[in-house]
Amino acid sequence: MRKVYLDNNATTRMREEVLEAMLPYLKDIYGNASSVHQFGRAARAALDNARNQVASFLGAASPEEIIFTSGGTESDNLAIKGVAHAMRSKGDHLITTAIEHSAVLNTCRALEKDGYKVTYLPVDEYGLVSVDSLRKAIGPQTVLISIMYANNEVGTIEPITELAEVAKERGVYFHTDAVQALGKISFDLSSLPVDLLSMSGHKIYGPKGVGVLYIRKGTRIDAIAHGGHHEMNKRAGTENVPAIVGLGRACELAKKELPDEWRKLIALRDRLYQGIMSKIPHVSLFGHPEKRLPNTLNVGFKYLEGESILLNLDMEGIAVSTGSACTSGTLEPSHVLTAMGIDPADAQGAIRFSLGRDNTEEDIDYVLTMLPPIIQRLRDMSPLYEKGN
Amino acid sequence: MEGQYSEKVMEHFRNPHNVGEIPDADGVGNVGNPVCGDIMRLYIKVDENEVITDAKFKTFGCGAAIATSSMVTDLVKGKTITEALRISNRAVAEALGGLPKIKMHCSVLAEQALRSAINDYLAKHGKPTIKEPRSIHENSGEPNLGD
Repeated sequence: MRKVYLDNNATTRMREEVLEAMLPYLKDIYGNASSVHQFGRAARAALDNARNQVASFLGAASPEEIIFTSGGTESDNLAIKGVAHAMRSKGDHLITTAIEHSAVLNTCRALEKDGYKVTYLPVDEYGLVSVDSLRKAIGPQTVLISIMYANNEVGTIEPITELAEVAKERGVYFHTDAVQALGKISFDLSSLPVDLLSMSGHKIYGPKGVGVLYIRKGTRIDAIAHGGHHEMNKRAGTENVPAIVGLGRACELAKKELPDEWRKLIALRDRLYQGIMSKIPHVSLFGHPEKRLPNTLNVGFKYLEGESILLNLDMEGIAVSTGSACTSGTLEPSHVLTAMGIDPADAQGAIRFSLGRDNTEEDIDYVLTMLPPIIQRLRDMSPLYEKGN
Repeated sequence: MEGQYSEKVMEHFRNPHNVGEIPDADGVGNVGNPVCGDIMRLYIKVDENEVITDAKFKTFGCGAAIATSSMVTDLVKGKTITEALRISNRAVAEALGGLPKIKMHCSVLAEQALRSAINDYLAKHGKPTIKEPRSIHENSGEPNLGD
């Protein structure tokens, strides 16, 4: 059976070139990067090289601004808790949005339990945060603003430059979770006034278990895990050298290929969207029609619940995600779609297709062949759907 | 999480039994709501000896919701009303080889749909109805897309 992977916002397939780069560090070059001897120095050299690759990919002023972590979630935790703790004497108020990834949302909720105050900014029907609402939310106690670069579920790209400028004007630190944006849209920290930025290796065809927190020079931040003097004293623990080498290589490749990838992904994604719209009635697009990641398509199939669609597609070898929370054991529709004001019943039928570099036109056409009969069969089973609708 | 579905659940999900409507049903049960992500409509046909001779369903919901609808309609056929009222959500789940813990509410929904259809039948025939089914749907939180 054909296999079509359209869940690249969940994770991507590691590239062959990345694996090649990593292999020596999983075998012969096993030293601890903190050791002084030649084994250690070899690992240190690889670490320095990867740090340079990441800094260049992000457009960071210095490789010292790059802190390696275990992934996007740890980067978000370090950014938010680290700044909140370091700034505790200045204030106890944080601002984020209602549509953040749970790595940010639940970190903020944990801080609320510790006595911090958090404002969750609303979004419009497309998932956009308004610059004005941010401006109004900032108070004298505000120490950190954390707003995602692009949303993982619907792909909406936030006006990060404008938002970060507001933060800068008001002298408040600005963090962005750029896990979904990096590698998909062009990007340069030299023209983006953010103080902290999270990224993940496995979303850009790199390995799992590795990520980065970019920390602009001079930003006050406390470590959240204590131990040795690794990573400029900001993240204790022996560095995961093979994974970091892989991440560095993935960044290097992403930087080079991004313009072509971007065009290819948009063409495939729009082929999928147009095909769905022409073959299936009662479908709505969730997310911004233009300000959206080139690979992300979130559509709602009215009268249906997402998991039943997902399972049927899975039986045909097609991997997607649902926008509904039923899969996670909660019965509420997605918090992102809810924040966008999507009718809860419609949000239940959301399916996220997230494309990647391996996808082809044949993949898309295969989906367009398999999907319509699945939708029809499930609608025939749905008490909400009346024939002739 | 889908991976936790038993083979039996997947079998009923792939080829659900008794999908459809009974236009001249003796009892119809409607439970759930779209906000919570599942709705079941269950139809029963009952003969003069109070034996359920046919059952059909229409369901909006996840894989487990469809599988439990399929199973509960299988289980009630040929049973008397009294026997059918003894079918618990656990019995439905067990007949499916178990359900993931987070999907147990689907079996509760199936039990409720059955009781609601039986109540409809009892009410239509001027008989005393049974107590209203329990309520579910209490969790909340964010989705897990694996992102």
